[in-house]
Amino acid sequence: MYNLGKHYFLKGGTKIKTINVEEITNATAKLCMEANFFLGQDMIDAFKNAYEKELSLTGKEIIEQLIKNAEIARTEEVPMCQDTGFAVVFVELGQEVHIVGGPLEDAINEGVRRGYAEGYLRKSIVGHPLERVNTGDNTPAVLHLKLVPGDNLKITVAPKGGGSENMSAIKMLKPAEGVEGVKKFVLDTVKAAGPNPCPPIVVGVGIGGTFEKCALLAKEALLRSVGIPNPRPEIASLEKELLEEINKTGIGPQGLGGRYTALAVHIEIYPAHIASLPVAVNINCHASRHKEIIL
Amino acid sequence: MTKIKLTTPLTDEMVEKLRIGQRVLLNGVIYTGRDAAHKKLVELLDAGRELPIDVKGQIIYYVGPSPAKPGQVIGSAGPTTSGRMDAYAPRLIDIGLKGMVGKGKRLPEVIKSMKQHKAVYFAAVGGAAALISKCIKECEVVAYPELGPEAIHRLVVEDFPVIVVNDTLGGDLYEEGSKIYATT
Repeated sequence: MYNLGKHYFLKGGTKIKTINVEEITNATAKLCMEANFFLGQDMIDAFKNAYEKELSLTGKEIIEQLIKNAEIARTEEVPMCQDTGFAVVFVELGQEVHIVGGPLEDAINEGVRRGYAEGYLRKSIVGHPLERVNTGDNTPAVLHLKLVPGDNLKITVAPKGGGSENMSAIKMLKPAEGVEGVKKFVLDTVKAAGPNPCPPIVVGVGIGGTFEKCALLAKEALLRSVGIPNPRPEIASLEKELLEEINKTGIGPQGLGGRYTALAVHIEIYPAHIASLPVAVNINCHASRHKEIIL
Repeated sequence: MTKIKLTTPLTDEMVEKLRIGQRVLLNGVIYTGRDAAHKKLVELLDAGRELPIDVKGQIIYYVGPSPAKPGQVIGSAGPTTSGRMDAYAPRLIDIGLKGMVGKGKRLPEVIKSMKQHKAVYFAAVGGAAALISKCIKECEVVAYPELGPEAIHRLVVEDFPVIVVNDTLGGDLYEEGSKIYATT
């Protein structure tokens, strides 16, 4: 092995990049704060578009307040929503990266701990789902780790609020139910949620895979920039159709009536078992937050 | 749209005049409470003991604020989902609670209880938490500090904008509002 700053070579010539856990912790802390203070431009643009087209005056007024709210959060560096969420962290780890200085998961949790303390973010996690005592530092994070080619380490922090997460649902459909079954389940889930998940919402849908893969697809769908369609034309067209159907329900901003119940429907798919057609709907509130960094 | 100014404490006469869809600006003292605090209040009622706050004529705001930054009165403070308090709300309405502020639908039994005892439910804009915090002028924890963000806080608010969702006639803006704009 030959040390060359942050890199070294394995016998045979593979170049390995070292990343210290301290860098991962610092990056995670920063992302936790940024995700809660700075709403993405894609969401702001979607608000502005909805403001122009919303027919309900109450709805317009609400969207205007959301635009103002995002502006206050951004300029004063305060959380846009008091529910600063469960810290859902996606890590894409290049297989030519060597993490040094400690365990990755500890580094991520330390980043969450620091970010939620320094950013005056709310600590919303209980350590045991039945005993329900707050952990006091918003840890642990929910970590999704994926090994990818290359020598980059990408961290995405997507704080997820309880109100919209509680309205999410998964169902194992029969393959015979097909696309109609999928549409019905997505619509039923959004209708049942009504005003609770803070519409206008972003709807993440997973179709295919196994039970747990399908739920993860729905979550990953929420990371896509709002308004960017799925690259597959048939899925993009299903996204468009579902968005139109959802916005015909009249639920509207905050559920008080209007045309903008959802700002986008994002679908991700995966191959399925011959016996299965899983569908998962992960609803996100209008505080559709995620920030990422590549180390 | 015209906005009605209301200052707490609220009387039967004040709440009886309110109708679904009306915009209201709340002023004066209101209390915060979420599920954990409600559970404790109802346990005290069950045991026949005195509550740490007098809810008569008062409003409870369903919120768990984020921590205040230095120089702030309170952190971000938007409404949480009210349905989680449905199991407890009628007990407090029974003893004189006049208003609740939150987001999301209430169960029929809560709506019935509001009608029977003259109370109203207001929606604040969920997620507009940084904006709402500007209306909060004073904040102190008055019960259950061990619950952190779920403690009962006494707030003094100025022109806190809310919308009447359930009135004393049993009306429900969530039902009526979506019907108007539904096209299916």
